[in-house]
Amino acid sequence: MSEQADKLELTPDSFKRVGANDTDAQEKISAPSLTFFQDAIRRLKQNKAAIISFWLLAIIILISIVSIWWTPSDPNAQHVAYANLPPKIGNGIPGFTGQANVGGQLVDKYAQANVPKGTYYILGTDYLGRDLFSRLMKGIALSLLIGMLATLFDLMIGVPYGIISGWRGGHTDTIMQRIIEIISSIPNLVVVILMLLLFTPGLGSIVVAMGITGWITMARLIRAETLTLKTQEYVLAARTIGESPFKIATKHLIPNLSSTIIIQTMFSIPTAIFFEAFLSFIGIGIPAPNASLGTLLSDGQKTFRFLPYQMWYPAAAISIIMIAFNLLADGLRDAFDPKTNN
Amino acid sequence: MEKILDVKNLQINFATFAGQVQAIRDVSFHLNKGETLAIVGESGSGKSVTVRSIMGLLANNAHIVGGEIDFKDQDILSMTDRQIENLRGNDISMIFQDPMTSLDPTMPIGKQVAEPLLIHGQMNKAAAMARAEEVLELVGITNAKNRMKDYPHQFSGGQRQRVVIAMAIVNYPEILIADEPTTALDVTIQAQIIDLMKDLQRKIDTSIIFITHDLGVVAGIADRVAVMYAGKIVEYGTVDEIFYDPKHPYTWGLLNSMPTLDTHSEKLYAIPGTPPNLLDPPDGDAFAPRNPYALAIDHEAMPPFFKVTNTHYAATWLLHPDAPSIEPPAAIQQRQQLYRDLIASGQIGTFPQKETDKNVSN
Amino acid sequence: MSATNSDRPRKKLVQVQHLKQYFNPGKPNEVKAIDDISFDIYEGETFGLVGESGSGKSTTGRSIIRLYNPTSGKILFDGQDISRIKHRDMLEFRREMQMIFQDPYASLNPRMKVKDIIAEGLDVHHLVKNDQERDARVNELLNLVGLSRDHATRYPHEFSGGQRQRIGIARALAVQPRFIIADEPISALDVSIQAQVVNLLREIQQEQNLTYLFIAHDLSMVKYISDRIAVMHNGRLMELAAADEVYNHPLHPYTKSLLSAVPRPDPMYERSRHRTDYDDSIEFDNHPRTLQEIVPGHFVFAAADELADYQATAEKYLHEASALGKSPLNA
Ligand SMILES: Nc1ncnc2c1ncn2[C@@H]1O[C@H](COP(=O)(O)OP(=O)(O)OP(=O)(O)O)[C@@H](O)[C@H]1O
Ligand SMILES: Nc1ncnc2c1ncn2[C@@H]1O[C@H](COP(=O)(O)OP(=O)(O)OP(=O)(O)O)[C@@H](O)[C@H]1O
Ligand SMILES: [Mg+2]
Ligand SMILES: [Mg+2]
Repeated sequence: MSEQADKLELTPDSFKRVGANDTDAQEKISAPSLTFFQDAIRRLKQNKAAIISFWLLAIIILISIVSIWWTPSDPNAQHVAYANLPPKIGNGIPGFTGQANVGGQLVDKYAQANVPKGTYYILGTDYLGRDLFSRLMKGIALSLLIGMLATLFDLMIGVPYGIISGWRGGHTDTIMQRIIEIISSIPNLVVVILMLLLFTPGLGSIVVAMGITGWITMARLIRAETLTLKTQEYVLAARTIGESPFKIATKHLIPNLSSTIIIQTMFSIPTAIFFEAFLSFIGIGIPAPNASLGTLLSDGQKTFRFLPYQMWYPAAAISIIMIAFNLLADGLRDAFDPKTNN
Repeated sequence: MEKILDVKNLQINFATFAGQVQAIRDVSFHLNKGETLAIVGESGSGKSVTVRSIMGLLANNAHIVGGEIDFKDQDILSMTDRQIENLRGNDISMIFQDPMTSLDPTMPIGKQVAEPLLIHGQMNKAAAMARAEEVLELVGITNAKNRMKDYPHQFSGGQRQRVVIAMAIVNYPEILIADEPTTALDVTIQAQIIDLMKDLQRKIDTSIIFITHDLGVVAGIADRVAVMYAGKIVEYGTVDEIFYDPKHPYTWGLLNSMPTLDTHSEKLYAIPGTPPNLLDPPDGDAFAPRNPYALAIDHEAMPPFFKVTNTHYAATWLLHPDAPSIEPPAAIQQRQQLYRDLIASGQIGTFPQKETDKNVSN
Repeated sequence: MSATNSDRPRKKLVQVQHLKQYFNPGKPNEVKAIDDISFDIYEGETFGLVGESGSGKSTTGRSIIRLYNPTSGKILFDGQDISRIKHRDMLEFRREMQMIFQDPYASLNPRMKVKDIIAEGLDVHHLVKNDQERDARVNELLNLVGLSRDHATRYPHEFSGGQRQRIGIARALAVQPRFIIADEPISALDVSIQAQVVNLLREIQQEQNLTYLFIAHDLSMVKYISDRIAVMHNGRLMELAAADEVYNHPLHPYTKSLLSAVPRPDPMYERSRHRTDYDDSIEFDNHPRTLQEIVPGHFVFAAADELADYQATAEKYLHEASALGKSPLNA
């Protein structure tokens, strides 16, 4: 095979012994430094569904922030004369013309109700003549508030609880796990109904119910992860160096738990949103006249056969929010843990 | 000798975020019938990728850029999936590194060992179970008959590795590929497994490709050795040639950096630096940046294989007729001296045609 | 009894006395990871600990550095019982003893920069006053282990196994310990990289007068780096002697079997190798066994009625060169 060599131009200089490169040069790392998070985000960006979900949620969050100060009209103001108007935008865009099919004929409901020109309801009105779009905005905002509270409980109770239980181990762990088992054996619904005995129905009792039970899954996951992390050699190294348990938790455990925390939060937000919607739907959640996705659905459901739009839009909103959170959570999980999708 | 497997100019890339990883860069070797070929090299040098390509088990992001893998004059790389599956079941089988992950914890071992026969062969269940028992006996599971119904966790680490070997040889394959089958095991168990594989080779006359990074293991099991570095084979020859008359500075470094039970010197020889990044391998000899014996040309052009004997080739410019005479490290010289003594005293067979040998000082 | 050699004037840095370490004691899944072992480590020496997987080597190291609380027995460091160290003196103890871990991929926190990993000990023990001093010390340590200051701001995943292991060594050295437990520091590394790490450990030992407990299952490397070696099996010490003694004049059958299994990079030796198997049922004959000094400095786990045999074997060794087949490479 050495014929190949003849094709090269070989000079006596070629065979001068020069030895190795200096070692510093070899140990140089030329690739740009990426932190774990940058790497994860790069992977996340490849996941189209997750990115679309992310932007959808961003828009939804923006709209609900706006709704705190401004809605097209007062969501609780009733105009009985304008009841059950179909959706209308401007002077009529297909699907939003303000017309309804009555006995096989298209009827301009706005004209019938003598709605002044220039007044229109993007998503129509309900049986009390309340602007559905404004109510939907408020409802979404409320759902996201619930989601935020769920996150808060996850972070403030679930994470520390899990870390302490996993880290201390032994009797502490046993007792803390028993407590979790007891709490989680009581159905959420029962807790809320019990709360109704103490408080009036409303945000308060939902929040208390979530505060009692919502963080359990997070605590369990964090405990399990902490149990493995605490036998990791870098944690042992920190102990042999003399690092205090609190510092170990903040410097070593939490950064390495962060992906679990983020992902679990993304899953517990839609769970909480759904929980609230469900309670409101069955009438023990947010009391009238306040809007929530659950009450909107419940109202819409009553007239669904004749006025389907009253239920479609809140139903679409809750579905989109739930799907978007779940897809984003899935995307985050794959991005943070590249092993699982390979 | 009959060539049973012939790998020619194999080139494999992996597509990654950072670019194309050139994992296998022009690898050629062959396997003779009934022999054991050991592939050694450090982590990431491409040993596993090479053998996985023979089994058609490459990861999804792998891309075979070029080359051929001929099994009995048939190119594996151009076979259909069906043909490859057939090949895997009947002619070539593989033992993986971790005994625990290659066994299904929920299935009795007898059934697991018999499974390849039921999937691929035309054997009925009773015959397959009988063969499984026979093979388990062969790999040294005592009282195999009664242990067929036991589950993997009821066996020790060494026994589990024996079961994995039994699974791989139950078809009496023509080629057995073992990818670091002993790395996870203790020395005592490792020694038993190696003895077992040597014994099996004699009994069922299979050819073995044995991957490891432990040179001690290689010396015990191999007939021929290929040394890999950064996706290329840099030297190959018979086990005696590689251990007693190595020519490539990387092989020198490997042999030199291993203390034997008899090493006393103050400082171990250490190959400086780290292996190159295969995203952007150097133009010349990939080992040149770490090679104290590198010539100017090593940094510029990839050395071709120079023939040392009919069976021994090394890719280093030091073997070029114009290369200066270079003294290998003392320990290597000692090995070469021993080699000459052994040949002279007739303890090792010699290979008469020594051609380019003169350039490396003896 | 403890495995000491009384006529040696050297200072005992670590004394392990009748150490027992059981996991889940009293439960059905009880593991006697360490079952009554005693040995001393002298200041400035490298004490090698070998044995097969699960024999209790890591547990021994972790008990000494107080990651575990012993079930019974005592560990003295510099004459002081480590289980009696008061809370406020604990930090001081943590400075004196450090550990290097086995797995280069698990021993560095993936979310921390190299400089913060190395400086962890500096921060905990307030060994630097400000950031400049901290950076300077980190660079000094990186330099010591053969890495460059550019590496300080990188994350562990950007390094190879050998480089990571050197970062782990720098972290241990940051607090200027006197005693380092190296738990299989090279077994996850490639041959060509193992030598780099072993050389580094030896260099640092000479410069800083360190004492090592070197745990490994690669017997040739342990032999190379250690002054004395203890062979461990099923949570007990089988044999303890100077490194050359253990290798050239092994007395216990377990040691012999372990040595006969070590592969050597020498085909001629391998062709003529004879493996001897060890049957551990001989340990279960209900004869009480302890470590007994057979010849000065050479201890074997033996029952009273076996002493004579071992002494006879030791006597025989005096007349032979070596018990094992010598490699022709070192004839
Ligand atoms: N699926 C993959 N994607 C990207 N790169 C890969 C992939 N599989 C292997 N590689 C790269 O190919 C090269 C060779 O890998 P290979 O697994 O063959 O090494 P090896 O010699 O078997 O090492 P080891 O001794 O660690 O098993 C490495 O640089 C590795 O990073
Ligand atoms: N935290 C623990 N809980 C229960 N058993 C344990 C624990 N740690 C170790 N063991 C058991 O103690 C025994 C000794 O383990 P150890 O890790 O000390 O072995 P080793 O000699 O270091 O082995 P290796 O070479 O595999 O690292 C083993 O049987 C192991 O399963
Ligand atoms: Mg491999
Ligand atoms: Mg261990």
